[in-house]
Amino acid sequence: MNWEVIGIWLGALLSLSLYSFLYKDNPFYKFAEHLFVGMSAGYWVIYTIMNVLVPNWWQNMVPPSGGFQPIWIIPGVLGLFMLFRLIPKLSSYSRLSLALIVGTGAGLSMTAMLQTNALAQVHGTIISLGAGGGWFDWVSNIIMVTGVVCGLVYFFFSKPHEGVMGGAANIGITLLMVAFGASFGYTVMARISLLIGQTQFLLFDWLPTMGINL
Amino acid sequence: MAKFIEKLGTVDRRVIFLLMALAVILPLAFRMNLPIPIEEGPSKDLYDAIEALPPGSRVLLSFDYDPSTMPELQPMAVALAQHLMTKDIKIVSMALWPMGVSLGNEALTMVGDSLGREEYVDWVNLGYKTGGGVLIVRMGSNIQTVFPNDYDGNPIADMPVMEGVNKLGDFDMIISLSAGDPGIPAWVMMAGDRFNIPIGGGCTAVSAPQFYPYLGTGQMVGLLGGLKGAADYETMVRLEEDDAAPGTATPGMAAQSVAHLVIMLFIIIGNIAYLSTRQKKGGLR
Repeated sequence: MNWEVIGIWLGALLSLSLYSFLYKDNPFYKFAEHLFVGMSAGYWVIYTIMNVLVPNWWQNMVPPSGGFQPIWIIPGVLGLFMLFRLIPKLSSYSRLSLALIVGTGAGLSMTAMLQTNALAQVHGTIISLGAGGGWFDWVSNIIMVTGVVCGLVYFFFSKPHEGVMGGAANIGITLLMVAFGASFGYTVMARISLLIGQTQFLLFDWLPTMGINL
Repeated sequence: MAKFIEKLGTVDRRVIFLLMALAVILPLAFRMNLPIPIEEGPSKDLYDAIEALPPGSRVLLSFDYDPSTMPELQPMAVALAQHLMTKDIKIVSMALWPMGVSLGNEALTMVGDSLGREEYVDWVNLGYKTGGGVLIVRMGSNIQTVFPNDYDGNPIADMPVMEGVNKLGDFDMIISLSAGDPGIPAWVMMAGDRFNIPIGGGCTAVSAPQFYPYLGTGQMVGLLGGLKGAADYETMVRLEEDDAAPGTATPGMAAQSVAHLVIMLFIIIGNIAYLSTRQKKGGLR
């Protein structure tokens, strides 16, 4: 029995079942959808146990070389507290674990986030308008600085958007719309790419199993 | 004519789906080829940054994605692996996403075997660890405490590819192929800005716009955005390696272009139909 061919056929039939929703809702789509949800949940449970819990916690507490490290009971208990969210009477214990996660995460990323996404970006905007040399760089720098200033003016709500403020805010929102448009274009490209990937699978992996070579 | 335009505005969405399907299937089935001109930009910047690395350099390649974004990111993984291995650059790979491990292994094994590169000598896959940003910070001080063994359970201390690599700062570049979080932002924040290591990346088209500011400030040396970025890189790598196997992104670009034309056509038709209907109902305000 050729398992590779069976895998390709399963993938192809499930893909077609899911795409059949584009015509209208039907039992094939429902079956594929439920199968996907169930399989994903089961897969992630096993994957998390075998690739996160066992190597990062269990093997540290009970090393394969022997011995027992009692300190690792603490993260085990904190992990157990998270599961207490499922029991209403004990759910408040999960706050302890959550507090630790939020505190560590915030402490670690606060300065990094500020440096990477705020200070470095502000620094990148403070440039000589003529930096780069050519006329294209000159125009590009002016657009960038104008865009940043006008974008910020648009989000300044303590003064009515009238006169110069109104003009700057209009430029700001126009540039923001251009940015959203570009972002939407990228999103369309991404979705079409996924369709292309699946179509390539159907045309060049699945059809050849039936002797159809394009 | 006016009636026809109005009718176009109420066309059944299934007709649009069918036309979109044809726009993707026909260019692929007939192996339509459109030129992919290589211009100055983030893709070329990443290529040039890797070109500037001397042979024997070490690059950390992080596979931070899963099969749902394979059509965009897997061709990048293959093209990058091909470029790095052709230049005799040692690859240490890992994953911040669990499924990225096997996808990375697939790309590295395929390219490594085709170029005669040896696992543990020229490349190694350290595997997946949870933690995202915290994990990266720990790797900044000592990689072996985070990854004592590779994906197959072999101790990394004995591997020739890991000689001289103890912490993130020992890498000449880090490249993250990222489908979300954790991914490029975590590498830029926790490795690039903190340890001053050049960061390159590849990402899905959806997330590309959010990383452009990092390029403007020099926090990233280059970026491959979506299928276009992958096709750019495949084309650039093939410029040097004429006998290299064609990738999957380049043939996909013809279908992508035709699909985009169909979408633009429908946007124009939809707007004309909308304006025509509005005019009929009481004129433009």
